[in-house]
Amino acid sequence: MFGFTSLLLLFTTIVQSQDKYFTKNAKIEFFSVAPLEDIEAKNKTASALLDIKTGSLQFSVLMQGFEFDKALMQEHFNENYVESEKFPKAEFKGSIINNAEINYRKSGTYTANVKGTMTLHGITKDLETTATIKVNDDNLKAESIFNLLLSDYNIKRPAVVKDKVSNTIKVTVDAKLDPLKN
Amino acid sequence: MKPKLLPFVLLFVKGSFAQNEDTLNIAVVDKPIKEKVTAPFKSSRVIMSHSIQMLKPGVLDFLILHRFGNVNRGLYEFFGLDQATFRLAFDYGITKDLTIGIGRSSYKKELDGFLKYRIIQQSTGQNASPFSLVVVGGMTVNTLKFADPTRKNYFSSRLGYYGQVLAGRKFSEAFSLQLMPTIVHQNLVTTSKDPNDLFAAGIGGRIKLSKRISLNADYYYVVNKNEELENFHNPLSIGFDIETGGHVFQLHFTNAIGMNERVFLTETINNWGDGDIQFGFNISRAFQIKKKAPIP
Repeated sequence: MFGFTSLLLLFTTIVQSQDKYFTKNAKIEFFSVAPLEDIEAKNKTASALLDIKTGSLQFSVLMQGFEFDKALMQEHFNENYVESEKFPKAEFKGSIINNAEINYRKSGTYTANVKGTMTLHGITKDLETTATIKVNDDNLKAESIFNLLLSDYNIKRPAVVKDKVSNTIKVTVDAKLDPLKN
Repeated sequence: MKPKLLPFVLLFVKGSFAQNEDTLNIAVVDKPIKEKVTAPFKSSRVIMSHSIQMLKPGVLDFLILHRFGNVNRGLYEFFGLDQATFRLAFDYGITKDLTIGIGRSSYKKELDGFLKYRIIQQSTGQNASPFSLVVVGGMTVNTLKFADPTRKNYFSSRLGYYGQVLAGRKFSEAFSLQLMPTIVHQNLVTTSKDPNDLFAAGIGGRIKLSKRISLNADYYYVVNKNEELENFHNPLSIGFDIETGGHVFQLHFTNAIGMNERVFLTETINNWGDGDIQFGFNISRAFQIKKKAPIP
């Protein structure tokens, strides 16, 4: 009986490791075009988890991990705009609604329709976008580009910088996910 | 995350596998354990003093500091605005913990330079430090013509030095405070009663009124001033910081004379009580000279 339980546990583990894909090094970039200066930042330490069985998808990113070319811009981003001390993380929780159409056993490129909620600056909003999922032999690549509006997330732009900072922010996600091993 | 909690969290993560729940809690464990506390002040100056805020590496800060005349001079002097002294300065962040700077003041045609090094940065989490510790060492050169050219004058007579320890803490997002024990050494002093080594205890702080505006003040108590000098007063400055992205504007009122440590700790003869205060403003404009190293 004990042997059987162990076998069962082992089996469960295998199933889990095949079902879940994870990374701690997902790349998230954002870009905003404005007449005076473009604003661009990169974060290479986002976490992502995809359950290929259910299609559930999560991203989590530390706001302080966004790096700008201009150090002062980075400080102001954290201090004045996203208030990183109060709201340290941005999170996406959702799922791939056409998960059944993606064959994770076969290498290839698939289009995923993603729907979920985005939490940023303490505010949660619905987000719907498309992503490209590339299935490789031993990993998955997920890429997506979508726009966020600062005003949706109550990120205020003071009058003096209204022409410096655009309300629309283009977000690019680039994640390579590996099978999650226990 | 405290280490004691870790097994518990792992257990929780393990548990969530079974329930097929929020597995991303792993990411929470991965959060950097020690986090630096940043931006205690808007500018590298409280008002007249150095602040515990350092320049970022590769940032050149161009400072224009203005002091007008005494506001109680009335309309004829346009409340002091007819007289202005200024200090132009460049500060540069060599590393995140080392800043150098040079400046020139119109008052006494004095040059000054300093090195500012942060020994400890305030942080939270494991092995945290509750405060920041910064040391500043500076030198001043008075370039006025010698008062008495007939006697033997030495170049060293022009020199002054100051050393300072800044111990400060950002108590909350809005409130930061720092203590500033300071020593000023002057090779040549006006009278024999004036000490060559002057000790002062300073305090400075800010309260943020909004994200971009803060109320600042700094004050020094000079410990061993020349008691015969009746009109010497301790310098006190009060003002607002207004930050607009690349610029910080500091509008303030002060009784301090001059804009470097040597001057305002030894020559401040104005008294707040008599209304001998000056309006002043500092403008700080930061330029990113060196791009940050690309993230690997």
